[in-house]
Amino acid sequence: MKHIIFKLFTVLLLGSVITSCHKRLDKFPANTLTAADAYKDEAGYKQVLARVYGSMVLTSQNAPATGGSGNGDVKGVDEGFSDFFRNFWTAQDLTTDMAKWKWADPGLYDMQFNKWDAGNPLVEGLYGRCQLVITFANEFLRESTPEKLSSRGISGAAASNINQMRPEVKFIRAYQYWALLDLFGNPGFTTEEEQIGKFNPKRITRAELFTFIENQLKEVETSLPAPRSNEYGRADKAAAWSLLARLYLNASVYTGTQRNTDAVTYSKKVIDAGYSLLGDYRWLFLADNHLNNPEAIWTLNYDGFKSKSYGGATFIINGTSNGSALVEINGLGGWGAMRATEKIPSLFPDQTGAIDKRSQWYTTGQTLGMDDYFDYAQGLPTTKFRNRTRSGGFGNDPTREFSDIDIPLFRLAEMYLIYAEAVKRGGAGGTEAQAVSYLNLLRQRAYMNNSGNIVTYDLDFILNERARELYWEGFRRTDLIRYDRYAEGTYLWPWKGGVKNGTAFGLHRKLLPIPSNQLAVNPNLKQNPGY
Amino acid sequence: MIFKRMLARVWALLLMLMVVAQTVFAQGKTVTGKVTDGKDGSPIPNASVTIKGTNLGTTTDATGSFRITVENNNAILVISSVGFGSTEITVGSQSDLSVNLTATQGNLNEVVVVGYGTQRKRDLTGAVATISAKDFVKGAIQSPEQLIAGKVAGVQITPNSGAAGSGSRIRIRGGASLNASNDPLVVIDGVPVDNGNALNLINPNDIESFTLLKDPSAAAIYGSRASNGVIIIVTKKGRKGKVKLSFGAQAFVQQPVKRVDILTADELRNVINTRPGLASLQPFLGKSNTDWQDEIYRNALGQDYNLSVSGAIADGKLPFRLSGGFLNQDGILRTDNFKRYSGALSLTPKLFKDQLKVELNLKLARTNSTDPDFGAIGNAVSFDPTQPIKSNSVRYGGYYEWLDGAGYPATNSNRNPIALLNMRDHERIGNRFIGNIQFDYAFPFIKGLRANLNLGYEYANEYGTFKKSDSAAAAYSRTTKGGYNNRSYLERNNKLYDVYLNYVRDLGANKNSRVDFTVGHGTQEVGYYNFNFQGRSYDGTPQGQPPAFLSSNSDDKNGDNGDMLISYYGRLNFTLANKYVFTFNGRADGSSRFSKDNRWGYFPSAAFAWRVNEENFLKDSKVISDLKVRVGYGVTGQKDIPRLYGYLPVYNQSNTSGLYQLGNTFYTRLGPVEYDPDLKWETTENINAAIEFGFADNRITGIIEAFSRKTRDLINTIPIPLGANFANSLLTNVGNIESKGFEFTFNVVPVRNRNAQWDLGFNVTYANPKITKLLINDNPNFQGNLRTTIPGSINKLAQIDAVGNRPGSFYMLQQVYDKNNQPIEGLFEDINRDGIISDLDRRVFKPSEAPLFLGFTTNFSYKKFTAGVLMRGSVGNYVFNTVAMQLGVQNQFKIGTGIQNAHSSYLETGFVAKQELSDYYIQNASFLRLDNINFGYDAGQIAKNVNLRITANIQNVFVITKYKGIDPEINGGMDSQIYPRPRTYVLGINLDF
Repeated sequence: MKHIIFKLFTVLLLGSVITSCHKRLDKFPANTLTAADAYKDEAGYKQVLARVYGSMVLTSQNAPATGGSGNGDVKGVDEGFSDFFRNFWTAQDLTTDMAKWKWADPGLYDMQFNKWDAGNPLVEGLYGRCQLVITFANEFLRESTPEKLSSRGISGAAASNINQMRPEVKFIRAYQYWALLDLFGNPGFTTEEEQIGKFNPKRITRAELFTFIENQLKEVETSLPAPRSNEYGRADKAAAWSLLARLYLNASVYTGTQRNTDAVTYSKKVIDAGYSLLGDYRWLFLADNHLNNPEAIWTLNYDGFKSKSYGGATFIINGTSNGSALVEINGLGGWGAMRATEKIPSLFPDQTGAIDKRSQWYTTGQTLGMDDYFDYAQGLPTTKFRNRTRSGGFGNDPTREFSDIDIPLFRLAEMYLIYAEAVKRGGAGGTEAQAVSYLNLLRQRAYMNNSGNIVTYDLDFILNERARELYWEGFRRTDLIRYDRYAEGTYLWPWKGGVKNGTAFGLHRKLLPIPSNQLAVNPNLKQNPGY
Repeated sequence: MIFKRMLARVWALLLMLMVVAQTVFAQGKTVTGKVTDGKDGSPIPNASVTIKGTNLGTTTDATGSFRITVENNNAILVISSVGFGSTEITVGSQSDLSVNLTATQGNLNEVVVVGYGTQRKRDLTGAVATISAKDFVKGAIQSPEQLIAGKVAGVQITPNSGAAGSGSRIRIRGGASLNASNDPLVVIDGVPVDNGNALNLINPNDIESFTLLKDPSAAAIYGSRASNGVIIIVTKKGRKGKVKLSFGAQAFVQQPVKRVDILTADELRNVINTRPGLASLQPFLGKSNTDWQDEIYRNALGQDYNLSVSGAIADGKLPFRLSGGFLNQDGILRTDNFKRYSGALSLTPKLFKDQLKVELNLKLARTNSTDPDFGAIGNAVSFDPTQPIKSNSVRYGGYYEWLDGAGYPATNSNRNPIALLNMRDHERIGNRFIGNIQFDYAFPFIKGLRANLNLGYEYANEYGTFKKSDSAAAAYSRTTKGGYNNRSYLERNNKLYDVYLNYVRDLGANKNSRVDFTVGHGTQEVGYYNFNFQGRSYDGTPQGQPPAFLSSNSDDKNGDNGDMLISYYGRLNFTLANKYVFTFNGRADGSSRFSKDNRWGYFPSAAFAWRVNEENFLKDSKVISDLKVRVGYGVTGQKDIPRLYGYLPVYNQSNTSGLYQLGNTFYTRLGPVEYDPDLKWETTENINAAIEFGFADNRITGIIEAFSRKTRDLINTIPIPLGANFANSLLTNVGNIESKGFEFTFNVVPVRNRNAQWDLGFNVTYANPKITKLLINDNPNFQGNLRTTIPGSINKLAQIDAVGNRPGSFYMLQQVYDKNNQPIEGLFEDINRDGIISDLDRRVFKPSEAPLFLGFTTNFSYKKFTAGVLMRGSVGNYVFNTVAMQLGVQNQFKIGTGIQNAHSSYLETGFVAKQELSDYYIQNASFLRLDNINFGYDAGQIAKNVNLRITANIQNVFVITKYKGIDPEINGGMDSQIYPRPRTYVLGINLDF
C-alpha cells in the first residue's frame, strides 16, 4: 500500500511538471477577434472600412454613450461631445455669430466666448478625433497591401475590391488632415509607414501638410470611382475634387499663396459631374435625406436606431429644441441650449421663410437679440434640421432621442459658391456670368421663383450668401478667417470675445492650440504661437 | 459531480454517527474541570482534553473550563495546549478537576500558516500577523474581513457602506498600485480566490484564523499576486474527541444614526418666500411637512443562526466539522435585505499510520440580495419636504411627483424617494462553492520529507432580475412601453492544482539548528463567462436593438475569458543554533495576461532574523523575555490589471446601435483596439525591518516595523501621443510609486490572575505612498492624470495622480474668503497670475486617503464576565463633501419643474451656483470611531450537558470628527449620498452540547 501511494505521488509530481504545458498560457478573448480573424476575407475588410468611415459618426464601438471618460474612442473627454461633426461644428460655428449655447458644459463657454486654452476638452476632443480617424485609416492601409492580401490567401475579385477601398481610405485621411490643417495648422503627423506602439509622431508644418493633402488627393483622384458611381456614403472622384476646391479656395490662409484658378478648375469638375440641386431647400436636412438627394457629394450617415451618437444632427436638433411645440416640429428634443445670434437671421429678408425658404427660424416666444445667452428665449432656434420625413413621419428612433439625418460634408451648393468666389478673387478658367447663373440656381430654389435673382455680386455678397445657404453646417469660422473678420474688430457679433456687444480677440486664435495633454507627452510637437 | 456524491456519503455517515454518539456517551461518569496557566492562574481556552488510550476528548471553552464523560475512575486525562506542555491526570474519585499547565519556553513549537505550509512562529523572518478566533471582533459580523478590523497594524479595513451585505475595502500598508488592483490576495484553505467580493460569501463563524503576510519576504512565495499583501484564511476543522454540537443565535437591531443636514419644510418655505430671485417658485410650495429621510430609513432587524457539529468519528480516525448558517439582515434603507445560507464541511482523516493526511473542505453559500434603489438616498435629501408622500392621483402609483403641463413626469425634476423604493423589484441570487482536497504524504524512507497535493475548485454564479413598473414616474415613457424587466447572469470558475515537496530536518549536536525546504509547482485557471440579454419593458416587450452576442437563455455560454497562471516556487528556511534564521523565497509565475516575451516573472526574497533573547547575555534575563530583530528584502508582482488581454492586438465589434451604413447595408464595424505589446508585470521591491520585543514574561509585547516600498513599471493608463496607437491613452507600464512607513504594535496585560485578566492592544500605521514618475518622457509641465468624476458634474474630475503626491489627491481651485472668513462665490486664487481663473489655477490640495491610521482594543474578563472595546481612527485624510457642494446652493431650488430642497450649508454660504472645484468643500475627515463594545457572560451549565454563553454588543457607538458630512470614513474620499452606517445593537446566545 505504501509503495502504491509513494509511486502515485512520484508520478503526480513528475507528471505535473511535464503535462502542464506552458502553451496553456496562450489565452484568447471570447467575443473578440484577432487581426487574423478580422482580415480573413473581403467581408472583414469591408467591416474595417465601415469602422474607418463610421469613426466620424459613432463615438465608440459601443454607441451611444455619454458622460464620463469611459469607453469613447477619444479618452478623457465626454464621449457624447466627441463625434467628429459635433466637435468640428463647435469650433466652426459656435465660436462665431452662428450660435450660442446655454449650458456650462466643460470647455463650452470658453469656446463660444473665444477664450479657449490648450487644456480645453473640446479642443482636445476635436484634435483627438481627427488623429484617431487618421490612425484607423493608416491601419487599414498597412493591412491591405497586395503583400498582406496574398499572405492571407485573398485574390481575384475579392483582392481587387479590397484594393478599390484603399484610395477611399486615403481620401478620408486627407479630409481629416485638411480639418487639422484648417483648425490646428501644425499637428502631429503619421502615415501607414509607422507601426503601432508608443513612439512620438513628428510634427508637420502647415505648408508641408498642405502639400501632402494636395498630393494625396491628386494621387487618389485617378483611382477613385467615377462621380456618383460608388455606394452611398462612400467617396468617389467628386469627393476628392470637392476637397481640392475647398483647399485651394483657402490656400492663401494656409500657405500665403492664392490658388483661385485651381479652385475654379476643381469646383467646375464637380459641377459638371452630373449633380443637381435638391428640389426644395427645406428637404435637405430631413430624416430621410439619404433618399433621392442628387445634391449630396459625400455624407456622414446617421441612423436613429442603428447608428447612434450624440453628435451629428442629434446634437443640433436636441440642442436647439425646447418646449413641446418646437420638439414636435423638429421631431426630437430638447436640451434647450442653442440659438443663433441676430447676425444670421438678419441676413434674410424675413425670419419666417416667407420669402427666402432657407430662412428657417422658430420665432414663437423668442427674441431676435441675445442680451442674455443663458436665457433660451433670446436668440432664434432653427428648424432647418428636422428629424421628420418628407411625408411628415417621425424618425426611426421610437424614443425620439436620436436623429436619422445624414450630414453632407460636401454638397453641390458649396461648389457653386466656391466657383463664384474663386472667380471673383481672380481665378482663371471661369466667368462671373457663369458664376451669376450658378448663384441664381441657389436663389431660385430659395425663393421658389426668380424674384431673388441677382445680376452682379461682390465678395461680401458671397460671404453672406454662404451664410444663408450653408448656415449651421460647419463653415463659418473658415469663411470669416478667409475674409479677415473672425478675430478682428472689423466685424462684431453678440458675445464675440465673451462681451455682450462683441469685441475683437487675439489673432492667434485663428488657429486652435495643440492640446496640452498632447504637448506634454509628445516632445516633437510645438505649441502654436500666442498660446 | 465527485463532490456531490461525496457530500451525500458524508451526510449518511454523519446521521449514523449522531445515533452512535448518543448511545456511547449515555453512560459513565461526568467530570468537569478548569485548565489554567500554572504561572498566574489565567484560564487557557481551547486546550485539548483527551482520554488516554482512546480518541475521545474535548476542548476547553473561553474560561478554560471543560466537561467530559469517562468510563470509570481509572480513566486518565491528557491535557495539552499550544504553547504549553502536556500533563496527565488520573480521574480517581474527583469530579471537579483543577489543572495547571506550564508554558513551554517561548511557545517553542507554535506554528503559523504561511504560503504552502506552516512555519514555527519563532522561525518567522517576515511581517506576519495572525489573528485567531478568540481575538476576532465580536458582534453582528456579516463579512469576514470585519473580524479583524482595527486589530492588525498596517491593515486598513473600511466598510463600503451601511447597506446590507456590502463588503469592505482592504488595504495593506496603503496599497502599491495605481491603476491595477490594490486588493490583497485572499487564500482560503490553500485556494487563492478571485478578488472582489471573495469574502462576503464565507460565513464568519466558520473561520479559525486569519494570517496576514504584509511584506514581500513573507509574501514573495505568492509572487505575481503578492504586492498588496496576502490574507490566508483557515476555516475551522474537526478535532479529535467527543462530538460536540454548538448552536449560536444573534438578533440585532440597526438604527440610523445621522442624517444629511438639509432645510426643514418650514425653513424651505421661509427661504422661498423671503429670498430674492425665488418668487417664481412660491406657487409650487406645498403645505406638508415631510421628513423624507425619516421616511426612507427604519430601524432594521437582523438574525444570524449558526449550528455546527464537530468531533471525530470512526474510532476517532475521521475528524470532521459540519456547519450551517443562516443570516437574514434588513438594511436601514427600506426594502433593503440580504440573506445568506451557508454550509461547510471539513474532513481531516489521517491514514496509513498517519503517513497520509487528507483534508477535505467544502463550502457552499447562497446569497439573496434585494437591492433597494440607492437613488432614494439622494432624493430624500433633495425632494421637496413641503409635499406629501401620496397625491390623490391614481397615476404613478399614487405617489406625489412633479409633473409637466401635460401631466407627465417633468423631465428635469427629481422623483419621489418612497416611490423609488416601493415601485421597483431588484433581486440578485448568488451561489458559490469552494472546495478543495489536500493530500499530505510523509515519505516512509526519508524522514522529514513530505509531499503535498492540493486540488481546488471554485464556482460562482449570480442571477439578477430587475423590474420597475411602467407606472413608476422614474421609468415612465410617453413614446414607448415604459418600465423595465431585465435580467443578468454572471458565471466564474477557478481551478487550482498545486503540488509541493517539503523537507524538514533538525541539525547539529543539540538539534538546535534546522533546515526547512519547500519546492512546488502549481497552476490556476480562472474562467469568466459573460451573458448578454436584451433590454425589455415592464410588460416584456424587447426594447431597442438586440445586443451583439445575445444569449436568449442562460445555458448559452457565449464568452469564455480565461486567466491562466503557471507557477514554480520554493522556500528555504534555515535556523542556526536557534538564534539566526535565514529565509529565501523564490517564485516564477507565467501569466496568460502578457505576451510570450513578457509572461514570466521572477520574484525572489531574502530575510534574516536574529533571536537576540537566545543569546547567552539575555537568556536568563528576568526583564526581557523576548527580543527579535529581523530584516527582509523581496520583490513581488502585480498581474491584476484592468484588461485581460492588454498585450494582444484585437479587433472589437460595434454593438447594434453602432453600425455604419455604406450603400444600403448597415455594417457591424470591426475596429482595432489600442494595445501595448510590451505590457508586463508591475514589480514591487520592499525592504522591511523590525524589532519584536517582550518584557516581563511577555506581559508587555510589541513590534516596531519600518518599511520602504517601491513599485516600478506601474500598470497605468496614461495619455500617449496620438497617431502612435488606437487611442490617446494606453494601458502600459510607466511610472513609479514609493512608500515609506512604519507600524507599531503594542500589547500589555496589566492584570492576569486566576479570576481576572485585562488586555490592552494598540496599533498605529503610517503609510504614505507617493508617485515619483508618471510619464514615459518626464515633463515638468505635465500636471498629472485627472480622475474621479465630481457627482452631478459633466465630466469634471476632482482628483489627480501627480508626481510628488499621493495617488488620488484632490486637485482644486483655492477659495478666497472675505473678512468674516466666509467664502466668496466664484472668487478663487489666480495661482498662475494670468488674469483668468481656469484649470491652470488648480493645485494639488489634500490627500483623499489617510497616511496615519490606528486601532485600539481592550478586553477584560473577570470570572464569568467578559467585556471589550474596539476603537479605530485615522489622521490626515480629507473628504470632498459633494453633498454640500451640489445641494447647498440657491440654484438647487429651481433645477427642474417644482422645487428641490437644498443642503443647510446654503444658509451659511448663500452661494447661488455650484462651486464644483472649490477647496472649501474639502474637509478634514480624520476620525476616531468607537467601533465596538462587547459584553459576555458565561452562564455555565444550564441543563445536563448544556452550556450557555450570553453576549451583547453595540457597534458603531460614536464617531469623533470635524467632518461635516454624515460619515468621515469614505473609500476614495468622495462623499456623495453614502448609505449611512447604522448603529447596531446585538444580543446573542451560544449553546454548547
